[in-house]
Amino acid sequence: MPDSTNATNRVAAPAAPLTAMTIVVPILAWLIPGAGHFIQKRFIRGLLLMFCIFAMFFLGLAMQGRIYRPNGGDILDMLGFVGDVGAGGLYLLTLALDAGKGAISHATADYGTKYLIVAGLLNFICVADAYHIAIGKKP
Amino acid sequence: MNLELTHFSAAVLFAVFASVVFGITQRNTMPEQVRYGLYCFAMFVGGVFVAGWIMSLLRR
Repeated sequence: MPDSTNATNRVAAPAAPLTAMTIVVPILAWLIPGAGHFIQKRFIRGLLLMFCIFAMFFLGLAMQGRIYRPNGGDILDMLGFVGDVGAGGLYLLTLALDAGKGAISHATADYGTKYLIVAGLLNFICVADAYHIAIGKKP
Repeated sequence: MNLELTHFSAAVLFAVFASVVFGITQRNTMPEQVRYGLYCFAMFVGGVFVAGWIMSLLRR
């Protein structure tokens, strides 16, 4: 009996069609958290995602969290940068305003740093979700 | 501005925001999203209590 799970018998999934939306949506969703859903008329989802990520990011800044800058030094700093950069426009704005210097004088500043990183990581998930909606993989 | 939250309130706020995003992005229909968001929230907060008790027991 032939093995139906054999790689040679497997039918490749059709590639997602390349449209303007499949390019614009991820970029917009990264730059402005939640905007990728807004542009596809998922207003409630977009609003909730935008609120959560903005709130997390600004709470992180309010807690004196530290923003990681691009660097080639410590591996943990590089990972922190990857997380932070996920927040897109918020991260760029914070860099431009020279905010997010961080404070080591109190314990909650470390929570602030984690909030900033996780806000970026959550936005990466939102970007992927918006893209999946754009290609029709998700309703 | 300097916001100083307690460890617990910081963890609960974290759980709220992360659960909302997980719920919306990881499930397709509204009831599933709500259920999964609540599940994630319960797991986050439950994890906080479990970790708290473990640390408390280790400290004794």
